[in-house]
Amino acid sequence: MAEEASTIIAETAKRIFADFADPQTINRAKSRAWAEPLWRALSDAGLPLAWVPDTLGGAGATLADGFAILGVAGRFALAVPLAETLAAGWLLARAGLGAPPTPMTVAPVRPHDRITFDADGTLSGRAIGVPFAQDCQHIVVLADSRGQQRIALVEVKDCRLSEGRNLAGDAANIVTFEHSKPLSSGPAPNGFDRSALMLMGSAIRSMETAGALETILSLSIGYANERIAFGRPIGKFQAVQQNLARLAGEVAAALAVAGSAADTIAQADTFDDAVFLEAASAKIRTAEAAAEGSAIAHQVFGAIGFTQEHVLHRFTLRMLSWRDDFGNESYWAAELGKHVAGRGADEFWPLMASR
Amino acid sequence: MSTDLQFDPIRLPPECDALRAEVRAFLAEEIAAGTFDPHQPGHGDSHNRGFSRRVGAKGWIGMTWPKQYGGHERSQLERYVVTEEFRAAGAPAHLHFVADRQSGPILLKYAPEHVKKEILPRICRGELCFAIGMSEPGSGSDLFAAKTKATKTDGGWSINGSKIWTTSAQIADYMLGLFRTSPPTKENRRHGLTQFLVDMKTPGITVNPIYQMAGHRGFNEVVFENAFVPDEYVMGEIDGAWKQATSELAYERSGPERFLETFYVLLELIRVLGPEPDLRSAEGLGRLVAQLHTLRRMSVSVAGMLQAGKEPVVEGSIVKDLGTIWEQKLPGRVRELTAFLEPEVANRASLADQLAFATMVAPKLTIQGGTTEILRGIIARGLGLR
Repeated sequence: MAEEASTIIAETAKRIFADFADPQTINRAKSRAWAEPLWRALSDAGLPLAWVPDTLGGAGATLADGFAILGVAGRFALAVPLAETLAAGWLLARAGLGAPPTPMTVAPVRPHDRITFDADGTLSGRAIGVPFAQDCQHIVVLADSRGQQRIALVEVKDCRLSEGRNLAGDAANIVTFEHSKPLSSGPAPNGFDRSALMLMGSAIRSMETAGALETILSLSIGYANERIAFGRPIGKFQAVQQNLARLAGEVAAALAVAGSAADTIAQADTFDDAVFLEAASAKIRTAEAAAEGSAIAHQVFGAIGFTQEHVLHRFTLRMLSWRDDFGNESYWAAELGKHVAGRGADEFWPLMASR
Repeated sequence: MSTDLQFDPIRLPPECDALRAEVRAFLAEEIAAGTFDPHQPGHGDSHNRGFSRRVGAKGWIGMTWPKQYGGHERSQLERYVVTEEFRAAGAPAHLHFVADRQSGPILLKYAPEHVKKEILPRICRGELCFAIGMSEPGSGSDLFAAKTKATKTDGGWSINGSKIWTTSAQIADYMLGLFRTSPPTKENRRHGLTQFLVDMKTPGITVNPIYQMAGHRGFNEVVFENAFVPDEYVMGEIDGAWKQATSELAYERSGPERFLETFYVLLELIRVLGPEPDLRSAEGLGRLVAQLHTLRRMSVSVAGMLQAGKEPVVEGSIVKDLGTIWEQKLPGRVRELTAFLEPEVANRASLADQLAFATMVAPKLTIQGGTTEILRGIIARGLGLR
């Protein structure tokens, strides 16, 4: 991570993850007993509600701080709903709503899922792949209310969940709202819509992916320098060096584009064209880097790297799963392509150069 | 193990906006005057003395150099803006670009004062073209295997041998070349090469053309027969050129010229697809846009880090590796994305023409200025693997 972003709060996060979320320890654990003390430590440090203003019961950290936490979380392949609770608290704050001190998640996380806020004040609809829904107590929902956008806080127990897991084994549930009554709700600010939520979620997943890629690179280099074959460390073979250089390129691309998108959102007042270009590009390019980077890392590690026992899959499978949240790379590429085509060739370079 | 790659989210500062507007206005005037056609890459002469002089008059060559040598003491980021606007428009800047990017900075660092005073202001005025004398018939990527000899004579050196694949040598006023002054030592095979400034008008230098497969004279062979170079044209340490090679690399490798060389086919793709492309084309275009945006953000970041006095050698090499592979693949991607378009679509002829040229140019992009394999070796070293 950039040193400017290595804020005190990110250092705190790193310390907590090192103490309570060591990937190797978690990988060996027989149960999810590790999750409870981890979450307690995170809560004690105020991290889950970092993006909730102190007037609404949160830590009131900056967006930049929160994104820095997410980068660190990615480096640990964190498997508790920290990113989701950050996003949920942030979403609640858009409507001036207070956040409960519990693990939360957000819905929808797929661009075409639609939840409505009906005239009787209840929620209806369905959201696919809601991360960690079954591990959370609350879901923050962005709903259509007769053409307006409304943000609502609902208890998980008031929704219907179907069992589901992502590639990495983290809960990812289909959540059905059948006249679910929210605890609180309020109108979203003008211009804030599902696309804004998808872009924010994309920036979040991009930061986590970049972090995971950083760890994959350092694990791969470490292994290449240790593993002996044909009488020398495999990292001494040019073929392996070239692959690791390619991996470094993917990591670099992910870091740069995710950091750029996060910085853009942190500086922006609204989810305008600049945020769209940056966050959509970040989601596309980090997803590509996740696929390319995973393949290279697994190639470096050989057989040991795809055992359950080895920690590598905690990073690779999680990154590959994150591609599907908040609009996958194909979705955003089509959106970005339509946008650029609509503006026309003469407006293309000015758009690129504006960032 | 230094695996911490750094790409600060650097933004171009506000003073760049006015400069960018000025550059665009200048280029629009040049296009209107017929200096070059942005839709016809490779059709005009990319070396244009009149154009380079007008660029120099604008103060856009040697932008970051000290004023005492004709420079303008502006930032790396301002230079970045000029470079990328020229590249995006396909402006014929070859004549002064090499001197601006790498030869000038080497002179600034190693040339004696009176040589600096004589040559640098002329570079800044857009009067001088530089060639780089590195590759030889028997050595390319293996730079330090160069054999062309500089032998000590009275008051200078006598050069014998030849350089090859030398871009712009046919019009170059000077060359910065690596020549052998001593044999390599057992301990250090890179020992024994010295960097020289060579006046291309020196008797004993012959420039023979080599045509590239795209049909233009992109290369030359430069033959030296007892060509005399005065002592004052030795750049840096005798036998020690290898020590001088690394710090300039980040400048040379990470600029917008490392991913915008086939940019015109992307613009043509957008033109041909029209305002409402089908889903396949839209997705393909969107991916290219995201990849280009990423490369540019990486490149700006490296420029910002250079401005801040850092030496992001690995990051710079990564930008060139990813950037050149992207610009090399771009014509092929555009070809695929336009494969199902109706043949009579407007601009189709122009697209075919541009694709043909870009396809013929593409192979060189991952070779010039350090091959992919060499770059990845440098990256691997930076990662602690060698």
